[in-house]
Amino acid sequence: MSTSRQLVQKTLGKRYARERRFRWYGALSILVGILFLGFLLVTTVSNGYKAFVQTYVQIDVDLSAAQFGGEITPESIAAANFDGIIKDSLRNAFPEVSGRTDRRALYGLVSNGAQYDLREMLLEDPSLAGGVTPVWLLADDEVDVFMKGRIDRNEPEANRRLKDNAIGWIDQWVDEGRVEKRFNEPFFTNGDSREPEQAGIFGAIMGSFFTIAVCMLLAFPIGVAAAIYLQEFAPKNRITDIIEVNINNLAAVPSIIFGLLGLAIFLNAFGLPRSVPLVGGMVLSLMTLPTIIISSRAALAAVPPSIREAALGVGASPIQTVLHHVLPLAMPGMLTGSIIGLAQALGETAPLLVIGMVAFIVDVPTSPLDPGTALPVQIYLWSDSPERAFVERTSAAIMVLLMFLVAINGFIVLLRKKLERRW
Amino acid sequence: MNQEASNSTSSLLEKDVVDNPDFVTVGTITADDAAMTCRNVDVHYGDKQAIYNVSVDIGRNEVIAMIGPSGCGKSTFLRCLNRMNDTIDICRVSGDIRLEGEDIYDRAMDIVLLRARVGMVFQKPNPFPKSVYDNVAYGVRLHGLTKTRAELDEVVEKSLKKAGLWNEVSDRLDKPGTGLSGGQQQRLCIARAIAISPEVILMDEPCSALDPIATAKIEELIDELREQYSIAIVTHSMQQAARVSQRTAYFHLGKLVEVGPTDDIFTKPTHGLTEGYITGRFG
Repeated sequence: MSTSRQLVQKTLGKRYARERRFRWYGALSILVGILFLGFLLVTTVSNGYKAFVQTYVQIDVDLSAAQFGGEITPESIAAANFDGIIKDSLRNAFPEVSGRTDRRALYGLVSNGAQYDLREMLLEDPSLAGGVTPVWLLADDEVDVFMKGRIDRNEPEANRRLKDNAIGWIDQWVDEGRVEKRFNEPFFTNGDSREPEQAGIFGAIMGSFFTIAVCMLLAFPIGVAAAIYLQEFAPKNRITDIIEVNINNLAAVPSIIFGLLGLAIFLNAFGLPRSVPLVGGMVLSLMTLPTIIISSRAALAAVPPSIREAALGVGASPIQTVLHHVLPLAMPGMLTGSIIGLAQALGETAPLLVIGMVAFIVDVPTSPLDPGTALPVQIYLWSDSPERAFVERTSAAIMVLLMFLVAINGFIVLLRKKLERRW
Repeated sequence: MNQEASNSTSSLLEKDVVDNPDFVTVGTITADDAAMTCRNVDVHYGDKQAIYNVSVDIGRNEVIAMIGPSGCGKSTFLRCLNRMNDTIDICRVSGDIRLEGEDIYDRAMDIVLLRARVGMVFQKPNPFPKSVYDNVAYGVRLHGLTKTRAELDEVVEKSLKKAGLWNEVSDRLDKPGTGLSGGQQQRLCIARAIAISPEVILMDEPCSALDPIATAKIEELIDELREQYSIAIVTHSMQQAARVSQRTAYFHLGKLVEVGPTDDIFTKPTHGLTEGYITGRFG
């Protein structure tokens, strides 16, 4: 009769119960995580999906030659007063409207950017001019919000931005089939604007793109080189210990402090321009460096020492050993670290605020030296704006940012797969 | 002889070796024709001394086996011969080690050149995660030993043939070297070592991770390689030492206790500790 067998058997039930319990804890945490993520996605998408369409109204615009000083040439088109033309057309559409306040409300139904769109349209196709032509124009954001059902017409008039008369005109247009929702192209091609219907994400996308490109071009080579030196070549002494501790500390420093550092060094000491993605990238690379160095060192440390010995044993110099054998094996791990750093940098707002990338910039940056803003900063800016139409744009911008993240992560995962050797 | 008596004898003998700072290796440390000479080699790991005053020759075209219980410093000593210990920060080597009369720890000695002249095969087969061909060609390319692709092909083929691997891998030179079996991998590592035509080959327990059949093949190979190279092999298997070597060195706790012709060491060892180890009384 074996007593140890009995003793073991007695504990078995408890052990299995504990195992089951832990599995449940794990599953539960995953479930909670998924729920939160799902909640985030659902609210973002449900708030934001409508931003991808935009309301346009069709107006019969008087484009007779008289409006262009009698002769229709590119010069006369460029010089024409399209604001006046559109206002005239609106007055013609609702001749009964009189009085300054009512007229102003009527003019407000069309975006004040429509005049520029109209000029573009005519410059592209001068044949439109010469008579009264129905033209689709960008509607004002309040019209857009109303058409998307976010303004309740039963609300007392005083609480509405859109008054009863305006709703009446819109209803009339709707009846005549003069209101249409189209794909919101301006959102993807414009820079920021005070007018929600003209505000686009493209400026922020380009700003983020340049910022991240500068950040990666700086942080990845410097981080990998630092990791290689520290891991493979540096002597183990007090100084390298201190460096290591400090790198680990830097990884936990709040990002706003990196922003202040960038402000002090890059802007004040070096005199680099404010609000430019170049400086943004430099600041973010400071912030990303510790992450990349730490993960790269871990990746290097995970390369089996036997490979190093093999290379040294056939007479490879230390640098050759690292470049030919250790680095290729560590590269997938290094890229994983860089993904984390890059994702962090892409979502970072605070340091960019400090170096002025929060400025209101309408132009789309075309180089890292043009003033710009970044996606997370744009989200912050829009979320802070009072116009209702910015609510859905904020969510749409979040969706674009998430897409960006998914695209970048996907790309690096692919790259990793390619580099990973399974032999 | 009863167990207790033998234990006390061996501990007395051990005291004589370990506690005696003036202990002198028993037997003949010199070889008739030495490729490498080591004199008064001490190795320290930080404060700890791992090798005490070891003097021995590596004979040309002969195999010297280094045996001894675990932790006796035989691997450490072997790694001094191509300065592999340099990679360990806290390791200090003193004494005089010469390859064909040149001090390998001299400032003028280039470590890359030294390792090209003194090749090494490790305990665990460690092919590069590259193709079989690239594994063998790596060192050759590194040192620029061949000018044309045809020459390189020839060197690779010759090395694989010498390592007795050609017949098994000639049709899959472009397949990963890590896909071979353990024994094949180790022979690939030997091919990699001999591809750069070293003068001395160091082998650190090359068969400890292999099965008996693969071991037999490697042992056969070592015997053939002796015609061209000088070989120093560390092994845990006394049978292997007896089979492949011409001279044997017995290490004990960092000291070289006895060196001599293998036949003498295994039939009539002079020192009691050597006798105790090869007869299996301790170790």
